[in-house]
Amino acid sequence: MGVAITGMGIISAIGHSVEENNTSLLTSTTGIGNLQHIQTIHSQAIKAGEVSLSNAELTRQLQLPEVHNYTRTGLLGLFAATAALENANISDLSKYRTGFISSTTVGGMDMTEKYIKQFDKDITAQKYIATHHAGDSTRKIADALGIKGLVTTISTACSSAANAIMLGARLIKAGKLDRVIVGGTDSLSKFTINGFKTLMIQSDSICAPFDAHRNGLNLGEGAAYLVLESDAVIQKEKKEVLAFLSGYGNTNDAFHQTASSENGEGAFLAMQKALEIAKLNPNQIDYVNAHGTATPNNDLSESRALQRVFGKKLPDFSSTKSFTGHTLAAAGAVEAVFSILTLQQQYIFPNLNFKTPMPETGFKPITSGVKKETQHVLTNSFGFGGNCSTLIFSKA
Amino acid sequence: MKKVYINSAVTISAQDTFESDRFLKSVKKLSGKTIVARYPNYKDYIATANLRRMAEGVKMGVTAASKALKDAKITQPDAIITGTGMGCIDDTEKFLNAIISNDEQFLTPTAFIQSTHNTVGAQIALGLQCKAYNNTYSHAALSFEWALMDAQLRLQQEEAENVLVGGYEELGKEIINYRRMMEDADGFGIQVPYSEGASFFVVSSEKTEHSVELIDMEAHSTLSTTSIQDSLKQFLAKNNVDISQIDVFVSGRNGDVFDSYYDLTAELFENITQLQYKHLSGEFYTASAFGLWTAYSMLSRQEIPEAMIFKGEIKFDNHIILIYNQFKGRDHSFILLKR
Repeated sequence: MGVAITGMGIISAIGHSVEENNTSLLTSTTGIGNLQHIQTIHSQAIKAGEVSLSNAELTRQLQLPEVHNYTRTGLLGLFAATAALENANISDLSKYRTGFISSTTVGGMDMTEKYIKQFDKDITAQKYIATHHAGDSTRKIADALGIKGLVTTISTACSSAANAIMLGARLIKAGKLDRVIVGGTDSLSKFTINGFKTLMIQSDSICAPFDAHRNGLNLGEGAAYLVLESDAVIQKEKKEVLAFLSGYGNTNDAFHQTASSENGEGAFLAMQKALEIAKLNPNQIDYVNAHGTATPNNDLSESRALQRVFGKKLPDFSSTKSFTGHTLAAAGAVEAVFSILTLQQQYIFPNLNFKTPMPETGFKPITSGVKKETQHVLTNSFGFGGNCSTLIFSKA
Repeated sequence: MKKVYINSAVTISAQDTFESDRFLKSVKKLSGKTIVARYPNYKDYIATANLRRMAEGVKMGVTAASKALKDAKITQPDAIITGTGMGCIDDTEKFLNAIISNDEQFLTPTAFIQSTHNTVGAQIALGLQCKAYNNTYSHAALSFEWALMDAQLRLQQEEAENVLVGGYEELGKEIINYRRMMEDADGFGIQVPYSEGASFFVVSSEKTEHSVELIDMEAHSTLSTTSIQDSLKQFLAKNNVDISQIDVFVSGRNGDVFDSYYDLTAELFENITQLQYKHLSGEFYTASAFGLWTAYSMLSRQEIPEAMIFKGEIKFDNHIILIYNQFKGRDHSFILLKR
């Protein structure tokens, strides 16, 4: 059956809780718009999925001291991880062997890019020298939650959180942990905005995944975490299970540092591997929450891979990036939460802004929300460096 | 559960360690704030056209990985797992400085493309056309340990037979100087230079004539000075190893105030040979991978380099080595190796 999920927490451009995210998804309300917090000369030229809370507001809601050295990545992460634990009704962490596996691509870049030129003299800026590295936010969140043992950070670009979820499941299956909080966090930064700008794959409007005229992605920010617990803990504590993580696959496209291969080899292999672990046939997948970034390259490559896995019987699919933007390291966890909501409500969320099928495949995603009997959901996350990961969630 | 063996170990470091067979016989005394690694002739391992785009960390990582595979006679690993604390910091700084100095204009993508933490794992996969499991850990001083633990898990669970695992770090040009500045402002700070390097290993469920067994390993995000001894005892007990069976204790001493953790640990042993390595490798988040390389070499060659002695005598018949590392009293790791 897989590994049980007993809690989830999320903060994204479409809401600060699972409920708010769900409402936005049900009402087709996108969170992508003009930048509010980040100062960049490109603010007129791009749209992004920014979390509406400022760092000061996050600090207040988290009841942190006014002076601290959390980066925005850390604040978003702590916000979502705390919510996940609450959702799982966990208050006593010492009762079971509990781990924390987070992921991030930018780490503390949001502060580094603001203060790097003041690091030499400005004492107030110097507290951010030690917060640049990827492990900083993870460690702060683990400390705040009181997790002392197995704590780590994965950084495989945009597939990071999917790999964090996968590692958590493997550690539980191997009996090395009883309980683990898994997911990812990334804040928007000038660094990534400019990086994707140079690659010319950033859209100036709200993205249109899988559309023939798609013109790139919107960056987003956010954090999401799941709580995974072993069967023994579930039985002992009589816990309610939200869904099961039944399959996972991690492969490498080994094609190019940033571009995906034309036939989506890495994606194809990751989906195959996940199906194998879940012991499912492709025709048992009821819905695919696609990576679907809306870049010309990804959506075609992913479509080809889907074609290869599912043949003529393509399940319903959509990309929810048109709601949240691409939240980079967090994307795999954000979309895991959405996949679980689909299983819980038996409801498929739409792919916004789709009008014209791409001529190469003729694929049509789900464009308005629909009630549907859903047993198994497959979700993809692909990243720079050819990293491809697939997760399969199954109904509790 | 399958046993886990280390079948090859390669390191590029501040010492002459890459293609030398002299195992730290003549060492360079490290001094100064930071010190670069001794770079090998990359052209023997990487095509010139690719070398141009690569930052030092990528070059060191790909080169060390390539030799580790060759030494273990493996052409296609079943997984590639890397660890790096600061990632591709050189290209990160390069792109960030271009943003700042040109006010976000006239930028080119190369440095951004190469700046992600998984660049080394990706470049190795690309070079080998290896489509297998590929993962990158970036968790300060446990980055490499987590890569190794993931490899251990894959082998134990029979998800792989041969895993390429490594840790790498490059100095970069800017943030490292600020980190050093903060360190030096602290009167009890790290007493060895900050450095860089890449250490790669082939770990396998198949035993070969060069194998060293990885009995087990463990990581703790936090451990107090009052709990360190008990934690180590529990780890050894879990693995049915008696304290008296350990021949050599390799610690990550760097001269800072947190060396007290190593002193407390050493108290558990009587007349043990205590070794250190960070005066040879310098300090960096994945320096412990250099520590593992020394331990692997000691067991497979049955020799202890004089330069590593902290306390005790050179013994000639060594079976079990314990490696313990921590950074600033955080991120503790135990690794237990057996000949």
